[in-house]
Amino acid sequence: MDVAVSVNGTVYERDVEPRKLLIHFLRDDLDLTGSHIGCDTGNCGACSVIFDGKLVKSCMLLAVQANGAQIETVEGLSEGDELNALQRAFREHHALQCGYCTPGMLMSATALLRDNPSPSDDEIKTALQGNICRCTGYWNIFEAVKAAAR
Amino acid sequence: MLLREVEYAKPASVAEALTLLAADDGARALAGGQTLINVMKARAASPDALVDLNGLEELKGIELGADGTLSIGPMTTYAELIASAEARARPILGEVCATIADVQVRNRGTIGGNLCSNDPTNHLPPLMSAIGAQMTITGAGGTRTVPASDFFLGVYMTAVGPGELLTRIHVPAGRHDGFAAVTLGVDGTCIVNAAATWDGKLRIALGCVDAVPVLVEADSVDDVRAAVRGARLDPPSDVHASSEYRAHLAGVLAERAARQAAG
Repeated sequence: MDVAVSVNGTVYERDVEPRKLLIHFLRDDLDLTGSHIGCDTGNCGACSVIFDGKLVKSCMLLAVQANGAQIETVEGLSEGDELNALQRAFREHHALQCGYCTPGMLMSATALLRDNPSPSDDEIKTALQGNICRCTGYWNIFEAVKAAAR
Repeated sequence: MLLREVEYAKPASVAEALTLLAADDGARALAGGQTLINVMKARAASPDALVDLNGLEELKGIELGADGTLSIGPMTTYAELIASAEARARPILGEVCATIADVQVRNRGTIGGNLCSNDPTNHLPPLMSAIGAQMTITGAGGTRTVPASDFFLGVYMTAVGPGELLTRIHVPAGRHDGFAAVTLGVDGTCIVNAAATWDGKLRIALGCVDAVPVLVEADSVDDVRAAVRGARLDPPSDVHASSEYRAHLAGVLAERAARQAAG
């Protein structure tokens, strides 16, 4: 099935099987391996991307459903060769250890700050609820998002 | 996970969706996909074809009638309902939807999908049962509207038959509602949940304790525990809770939901 999907502003035209998950399309067909597969059951949030302006888990969508959609992934965050303000805040606050969850965390925080540039502490925690991190205990991630929000 | 091979169609109208569903016994409607895609990975469901309802504006939107009743399109997402000014006419709807899973799932998962999947641990079957919602089902034979008590038929089974779709959810006016749950982690899967509404007496629907929501009625909050005992629940046991503990929680949560509804 032919699809045309915009990812980070570039339109990709591909022939995909309907059974292919969006996360596999991004990683295997487009070689955009920034979005990770963690649990593959919709729990961990490592595959989170922004789909037509809404944060979603790309392991629970089919690639064919993205036909005509605008997708944003972690590869689209940096400003040229420079990290953006949120990514810098993650580095400055040591908001990652192994880094596996980080692309998803960044996309969840990006979606939050776009809708709500000055979130409360509770709003930050709620926004990150769908993303699991097994290293940090979450605190430094929370601090990084809070710093980026100022 | 690689899914089994499946065909895919994205109809442009409800009529076309019904035709596609009726033409193939192995076709399944794809709503938000936040359950269906995962059970397809596990091969717990293996449809031959998916009929994607996303994009059908006829199945979206929330209207508030002059009499305070709400008409909810089944393809409305949890996030859209939470943000809807109209849906605040029955505040419990948004309050409960805000506790389902996480931002990503609420952005994609739908009210109709939650009802039609009818997993016994879902939030909305007991809520819609307690508040007396009615569901409109459309198929080749026409349209019919059934109360929640006739909609939820068994585990994963509803009155929506092969070749049919849930096309509208009708919620009566009311504000005196409550909901309580014990979950696996904050906003996780329910171990037991209870929804209650007060309209001169209490009507409580218990979830996770049987194949379909169990309705009990009581005259006052003080009578709720006895009413739940009278229902002689025999809930399933699993790794999260024994049958006895679930039955105990049902009484506790029914009382909490009832207190909120009557308060």
